[in-house]
This record gives sequence, C-alpha cells and structure tokens, in this order.
Amino acid sequence: MADVGISPRFRRPCHDGAGVGVEDLADIAAVEARGVVKVFGGGHDAVRALDNVSVAIRQNEFFTLLGPSGCGKTTLLRLIAGFEQPTAGEILLNGNPVEHLPPYQRAVNTVFQSYALFPHMSVAQNISFGLEMRGTAREKAAGVVEEMLGLVKLKGLGGRKPAQLSGGQQQRVALARALANHPEVLLLDEPLSALDLKLRQEMRSELKNLQRTTGITFIFVTHDQEEALTMSDRIAVMSKGQIQQLGAAIDIYERPVNRFVADFIGDTNFVEATVAGREGDYLRCRSAGGLDVLASPAANLSAAGAGAKVTLALRPEKITLKRGGETGTVAQSVYVGTDTNYEVRLADSLRLNVRVQNAVDGRAPFAVGDKVGIDVPAGAARMLQD
Amino acid sequence: MAAVDIPAPTERAVAAQAFLRRRWLKSRYGLVAPALIIIGLFGILPLLIMVVYSFLEAGQYGGVVWNFSTDAYLSFLFQRDIFDGTLVFSPDYLVIYVRSIFLAVATTVICLALGFPTAYFMATRPPAQRTLWVFLITIPFWSNLLVRTLAVMLIIRDEGVINDILLWLGLIDKPIVMLYTNFAVMLGLLYSFLPFMVLPIYASLEKMDFRLVEAGFDLYATRGKVLRRIIIPLAKPGIIAGCLLVFIPAIGAYVTPLILGGGKHLMIGALIALQFGTSRNWPLGSAQALILMVGVLVALLFYVRTTTGKAQALHG
Repeated sequence: MADVGISPRFRRPCHDGAGVGVEDLADIAAVEARGVVKVFGGGHDAVRALDNVSVAIRQNEFFTLLGPSGCGKTTLLRLIAGFEQPTAGEILLNGNPVEHLPPYQRAVNTVFQSYALFPHMSVAQNISFGLEMRGTAREKAAGVVEEMLGLVKLKGLGGRKPAQLSGGQQQRVALARALANHPEVLLLDEPLSALDLKLRQEMRSELKNLQRTTGITFIFVTHDQEEALTMSDRIAVMSKGQIQQLGAAIDIYERPVNRFVADFIGDTNFVEATVAGREGDYLRCRSAGGLDVLASPAANLSAAGAGAKVTLALRPEKITLKRGGETGTVAQSVYVGTDTNYEVRLADSLRLNVRVQNAVDGRAPFAVGDKVGIDVPAGAARMLQD
Repeated sequence: MAAVDIPAPTERAVAAQAFLRRRWLKSRYGLVAPALIIIGLFGILPLLIMVVYSFLEAGQYGGVVWNFSTDAYLSFLFQRDIFDGTLVFSPDYLVIYVRSIFLAVATTVICLALGFPTAYFMATRPPAQRTLWVFLITIPFWSNLLVRTLAVMLIIRDEGVINDILLWLGLIDKPIVMLYTNFAVMLGLLYSFLPFMVLPIYASLEKMDFRLVEAGFDLYATRGKVLRRIIIPLAKPGIIAGCLLVFIPAIGAYVTPLILGGGKHLMIGALIALQFGTSRNWPLGSAQALILMVGVLVALLFYVRTTTGKAQALHG
C-alpha cells in the first residue's frame, strides 16, 4: 500500500491535544458509543431510534450491526459518520469525543447503501475526490487511484462514468473511493443489498479479504444474517434501538440470549417447558408431547428451580429423528436440496421443525405419516431470558 | 440445408407493407401538423416578411417602398449627413442595445444569485412542503404583468410606500428618486423574471440525490467544496435553463422598461416598437429586431457550446 500521507489531524482527531500515545492504540476502542440516545422528531411523533446504546468496537475488527429495518443500526452508523448528532451520549473515535466534529473532519469513510457515486465525475475522479479535498498532490492521488482500481479489480475502467458500470462494479468503485483515504474506520451501510445473490456471495469474501489486508476497522450494517455470520469478527444484534446481544457469530447463533435473537438469526423452535430439576450443568426440562431435554441454562436463570416455566430455543438441525420411536408423527416434509425439513407433530400444542441431511442419493429418509422418535442432545436446547 | 423454404415476399405484400408504413408516417405528421402550421404561419412567415422589409425603403406614412436598400442596417451605426450625404458614426441605437444587454445580464445574474438559494431551500424541504413552496412561487403569475409592474411603480415612486416610510421615520429629508431610473427597470425585470430562474433550478435540484452531499462531506469536502464540486455541477441543466428563460425575455422586455424607465431609459423592445409606431420606419424596426434576434442566437450558441464543452472537458 502506498502511503497517502494522512495528516495527523485525520489520524487522530483530538480537539484538545490530549491525545493518546500510539502504543496504547490497541487497547483503545476504534469506535465507542457511550449511552447514545437518538430521538427523531418531537412531541407525539418522536421516534426513539437509539435507546441508550453503549458499545466498544475494537481496532482492526470486522464488526457487524445486524437487525431488521428500523432497529437503529443505520442511525448508529450515521452518528459515527457525523451525519447526525446524538440526542444524548457520546461517540468516541480512538478515545476522543467527536460530537462537535463535522463529517469532513472525522477519519472515517462511508460506503453508502446506494453507493452515492458522483454521476458527473469519472470513476477515477470519484476515487480521488477525498484525496483531492485533503490537498494530496495530483500525481500522488493518481497513483493511489491506480492502486485502488487494482485492489477492487477495476483496472482500466478509471475513465468511465458510474452510469456506464454494472451494479457490482459501482459497488467496487464506492469501496475504492472510501478506501483511497485510508480511513481508520470504514462504515458500510448495507453495501451488498442491491447486488444479486451470486455477486453478493463473491463480494462477501472480497470484503473480508480487504478488511484483513488493509487492517482497517470495518463497521458493517446489514439485515442479512448470513452476511453477518460469515464475515464478522463480532456481531451486535439490534432491535428497537437497543443492542440485544453482542458476540462472535458462534455465540449469537449457538447461545442466543433472548427470543428476538434466537428468532432473527436462523430457524428456531420455541418450546414452552417446565423445569424438572438440575442435572450437572444442565436443567432437565419437560414439555407437552412428552419432550424431555437437557437444556443449557441462560446466565440469569441458572438458579431456576424445579417447576419454573421457561422458553427453550431449539435449532432444527440439532434434533435427530429415529425410526421406530413413538414420540411424534411427520406432518410435513419439504425438500430443500442439501436437507429435508420436516414438521413433526408431538402434541396439538407442539410441532417441531427438524432439519435432516439427505442421503447420498438425495432421498428423504422419512415420509409424511411416519412415526418417529426424537433425540435432542444434551445442551442443544437453550433456555432464553424471556 | 434448411428444410423449410421461406417464400419470398410477394410484390403485393411488399406494396402493402410500404402502404402501411406510409400511412403510419402520415399519421405521425398529422399529429404535429397543427403545431407546424401555427409556427409556420405566425412564427416563420412574419420573420421572413421582416427580413424582406429590413432591406426595403421606408414609406412616407409607414409601410415600405419596394426598393432594395441597406439603409436600415447602416443607420443602426451611422447617420447620413443631411448636407453631403456622407455616413457619420452615431452610437445612439448602440447605446440602447448596450444598456439593454447590461440590464438583461445584470437581471440574470441577480436572479441567479437570489434564485439558486431559494430553489435549494425549496428542494431540501420535506416533499409535502415543497408543493406549497412551488405554489407560492407561482402566485405572481395570477395577475397580469402590467398590473404587477404598476404595483412596483406605486411602491418605488417619490410618493410611494418606501419613500413615505423613510420620510416618516426621518431617515431622509426628500424622497429618493427611484422611479424612471435604470434601477427601477432592473427591479421590475427582476421581479417579473425571478420565478423563471427559481423553477428550473428547483426542478433539477429536486431530482438530485442528497446522499451525494453526504458522500461529499464524508470525503472531506467542506460546505463550499460540496456546493462547487457536487451541487452546482448537478444543478447545471437547471441553471442554464433558468438563465436562458430570464435573459431572453429580459433583453427584449417592453412593458417593464416603458413603465418603470419612463421613456428616458429606452430598451430594445421599446425602440423597435417606436419604429413601427411614431417613427413610421418599418425597415429600421425590422432591421433592429433582426439584429437583436441574431445577436441573442449567437450568444446562446456560444453560451451553450462553452458550458457543455467545459463540462465535457472537465468530466469526460
């Protein structure tokens, strides 16, 4: 990577000169939100887009904000970029508060959802825009543009206008335009949502590679759980302006803390059950239809005593179906390529979705109407906090 | 070898197709015919008559005498000496043309300076409010230009609202003379043509994606840079349209300079009208009108050529 000469002002946005030494940098969050509240509008129409959000994003991390539309993830991104001001709370970049800094004085760059490429400028002019605005010498900027075009595999297209490029190519230009400034933090607002499936999957690994090679902190906003799970170092699942759960992909998927997270990420069976007693690290839970499982307890419910009513989350692929059992009846069978999804009826009030991998010849192992036994490994069922 | 023989189109089929095609073309011409007839009859034909008249001699009591003459064009710049018949340079008409051009350019520039921020303000309102603003901008069109010009006169004359208030406040001892000056003419032109600047610029700004502005800020552009490098280039079609819509009618304006300039500050429009009226010199009037038209056309071609050419050189 060529050095594009990021001025100290941009490397370390500190308003009072009380910056921190470079050696401490690794310990200091790249971006930190402290008790951030954002309210849009006023009176009866006031919308609380962010409700007391606190989160620290580490240096060189691929961090994802995941949630349904309207959960506040884009608002948080816009607060970090400086397009909006928080109603309350603080935003810190590298430990320095930045609320008073306009977007053009923050060492962050954004890849916009619809790319927002300047239509009247060529690809090269788009990419060099940020450098030009910061007064980088023309020859140096031209070098960076070439390097960026190579990085995003668009060599030779610098002279084209954005309108002459395909969606995927425009996406790459948007990336190059942001990366050309060597930001400390790159904000990506659903950058892949406008691409078709194949391209999206390609871009996923490219983005991840870019993040690794550049060492820039990526904050990625998406509503696509698969994107989040495959690319992120850590994921914050958001809903209703609050972070529901923060953790690595495996934490979020395997150990969802509440019903929202369990439901939003992947497919889940929710089972209302009663605690029968403690067995080692697990709680034995029983539910209607004779389902009897050893569930892993939620952190704050570890002391749940016998007789307590709890909700269990149970992933369809963790359940095994056995021939010759009498626990349930296959009510529905849907072929989905790699697997077959079964709906197994245990009782009137309890139907479980079960995902079974198909045999080598692709044949489904069970048919509708088959009586089956159900095997749930210890710890597969997860007790939720709500 | 292709198994199926496609029969060659018969002569009749070809003829039928040609007939259908002709009829389709005819129907297309039929659609534009009314417009073409109106433009031809009331636009092109009078223009041709003017071209012919401008090369004839003036009749004693108006009209023309059918003798070829270039006097009309010569008298635009020269005056024939009464005694020896030599041509002497006389800038009387030229002064009026220069004044008209100056007033029209100044009007256009001030309209742009006032209209652009207005249009930007309108385009950045929530969509529901924008309709209201467009509505407000069009309110002046509800009344006649003459009425509005007379209203301006009432406001700026010596006993008008402005002078009355200033006198009453004791800020001035005697009224400021505003009416029948170049200032009055320009104020009138400004007032009449401002909406023609605001609306096209608004139209192009409204289409603009304001995320581009955010992208500019994100890429370290300050407010001024965002305006110069992003907003203005994208609003350029509207700016060009607005400038043309103000400049062309302003340079040929008739009613406003007549009322607010009071005959002392003649503009081209009034000068031409004079030739067909009091002066009874139709060839001179025709020549002056044609000089104006050709001048405006050349200026426009030059303007459009340079602005689009520059845009292409910058961004091509």
